[in-house]
Amino acid sequence: MADSGAAGNGFLGPVAGAGHVRAWLFSTDHKRIGLLYLTCILVMFVVGVLLGLAIRLELIAPGETIMGAQTYNAVFTLHGVVMIFLVVIPSIPAAFGNIILPLHIGAEDVAFPRLNNFSWWLYVIGACIAVSALFTGDGPPDTGWTFYVPFSAVTTTNVGLAVTAVFILGFSSILTGLNFIVTIHRLRAPGMGWGRLPLFVWTLYATAWIQVLATPILGITALLIVAERVLGMGIFDPARGGDPILYQHLFWIYSHPAVYIMILPAMGVVSEIIPVFSRKRIFGYGTIAASSLAIAFAGSLVWAHHMFTSGMSDTAVLVFSLLTFVVAIPSAVKVFNWVATLYKGAIRLEPPLTFALCFVFLFCVGGLTGLVLGSAGTDVHVHDTYFVVGHFHYVIFGGTGFGLFGAMHYWFPKIFGRMYDRRRANASALILAVGLNVLYFPMLILGLQGMPRRYYDYLPQYTDMHVVSTVGSWIVAVGLALMFWNLWRGLRAGQRVGANPWGAATLEWTLSSPPPHHNFAREPVVTAGPYEFAEVRLDDA
Amino acid sequence: MTHEVQPDYIGAKMGMWLFLFTEILLFGGLFVLFAVHLSRYPAGFHAGSATLSVPFGSANTVVLITSSLTMALAVTAVQRGERRRTLALLGATVGLAGVFLINKFFEWSAKFQHGIYPGSEHMLEMEKGQAAFYAMYYAMTGLHGLHVVIGMCVIAWVMGLVAAGRVHRDRFVTLENAGLYWHLVDLVWIYLFPLFYLVT
Repeated sequence: MADSGAAGNGFLGPVAGAGHVRAWLFSTDHKRIGLLYLTCILVMFVVGVLLGLAIRLELIAPGETIMGAQTYNAVFTLHGVVMIFLVVIPSIPAAFGNIILPLHIGAEDVAFPRLNNFSWWLYVIGACIAVSALFTGDGPPDTGWTFYVPFSAVTTTNVGLAVTAVFILGFSSILTGLNFIVTIHRLRAPGMGWGRLPLFVWTLYATAWIQVLATPILGITALLIVAERVLGMGIFDPARGGDPILYQHLFWIYSHPAVYIMILPAMGVVSEIIPVFSRKRIFGYGTIAASSLAIAFAGSLVWAHHMFTSGMSDTAVLVFSLLTFVVAIPSAVKVFNWVATLYKGAIRLEPPLTFALCFVFLFCVGGLTGLVLGSAGTDVHVHDTYFVVGHFHYVIFGGTGFGLFGAMHYWFPKIFGRMYDRRRANASALILAVGLNVLYFPMLILGLQGMPRRYYDYLPQYTDMHVVSTVGSWIVAVGLALMFWNLWRGLRAGQRVGANPWGAATLEWTLSSPPPHHNFAREPVVTAGPYEFAEVRLDDA
Repeated sequence: MTHEVQPDYIGAKMGMWLFLFTEILLFGGLFVLFAVHLSRYPAGFHAGSATLSVPFGSANTVVLITSSLTMALAVTAVQRGERRRTLALLGATVGLAGVFLINKFFEWSAKFQHGIYPGSEHMLEMEKGQAAFYAMYYAMTGLHGLHVVIGMCVIAWVMGLVAAGRVHRDRFVTLENAGLYWHLVDLVWIYLFPLFYLVT
């Protein structure tokens, strides 16, 4: 096919016979759609971060600091809704999955390109509705991102609109997952057997199945909240024969597996980065691939560990506690394999690897504190305290966040054909990692001391730790600002790079940077695995 | 579900089947709620079920199964290249779906006249088990009714494609996928009918 537009700019260049804005917004090119996702996600991320900073600032001292109690409830709800549904869930699969997956497997595009564009539009519509829930109706939602009944059924704030947004975003997520599954099954290049898939593709595959199988339950739950509020349905209202515990079950049947939608692709990114910068074949390809599927499977059976104190039967608590521990096994398998890959590798501490190493450390803290919450006895002590907040921020920010930043730094030269300042990128990674520990470690201590989560006010003895945590949030903000500024400068004026600046062995690095509109001019025939570096040449200029 | 550039028949079918899984799971959440409520209030569900009209429900079941048949015949017709017959059979499917909805309308409005609808005062005074039964009844048949409407729109859209000659004997996967969707709508009803009308 004839390549249109400037060859030097690849898919970023103009498309013949179409307006520039239209060619982007209605593009069916997976790379463009991925970049659209990435842009939206980063904008929403900044919104979420600002809300988070406001929460921390409010909590720097007991009593009212910068906002009232109702505003505080709205702010932490929005922080949760924006971060979970608009940033973390779509982050790596929708952005980098779209950009990289077809390149990784040697395909021209995803299986359903128009559906892909449609799911981006659904994301945008969902985001607009979620944001408009702030400014319309009788005040922004104040339920927390879990929308627990009975409060969400009776509060007069704008819960209905926010839940509708969640439903639409869920639909977008389902369509992306469906698209990826069909793509991976149908569009692999000749020679790209299941044993030669890059590990990032394996994690996307596992993630896609969770998206397809778990998200519909969120859909029905969201619909039922709307029915409960608008029609007074009574399915969760005990006065009419309903049961609020059923809501928690339905909600967590989706929302716990969603945690693995968030973390699995980040693990995939790390599995890509570590072998490239150790210049060594990854240790235990098969076990890493299998552990992704095992996490997806086992992770779908543990939802009720969010409900140990809800009044379930003791048998249920025991079973769900045991199953929760089972998920730790495949997660640990991955960590040990990464460490074994690094061992005696020819390590180059480039920014993507720095982010990946921070990921491993922070994810381990998050995972180990997860075991404290997974065992029923200790969970009763720290349930709904700051310990939980600290734990999931270690996993989500330290895990998914650093996975996303790692992916941004790893694929940046491929997508834009330019390089950022590497020393500054390394510095931003370290500042972020330090800030993150200062921000969230005090929360673990606060939780053990008994400080409940979501509270607007607290007793004076908790002040010191809250001050430390708030200072940590500023360090994180500095790190983020430095990282984004550095990437922006690289995008505008970074040094031009060749096809393969990192010396990686996966297929996308055989294309020019940025890749052309239709990816591979001739369908590639795969003859080696994704981590065989023997014949790979560095192409830095 | 399909697109012009790349007629990957197996891929398109696979995508549709995955989508149907998500639909089953969407209803699955409600089936789980139904199971819990039924085990909690067997007497209330028995009493509630006794107030539904079995002849009405049976008639609707027959109507919907017949529409599934006309849909399947339409797929065969398009494979043989019989365009007019395809259009007629698809038209019949949409017509039968309309009959189903009209029937449902009469059923629901009869209940409404007795003051039985979500949020009504009568429902608040009702015994808890019966209230739960009607809540499930309206939630599940309501969601199913919505799917019937969506199915009618999809079939009407496919009729347009057939008439325009964009779906024909060599490329009929869009019609086939619409048919799969319609069979799912039919299938869900086949579970709803005994659960609500015959459980007593």
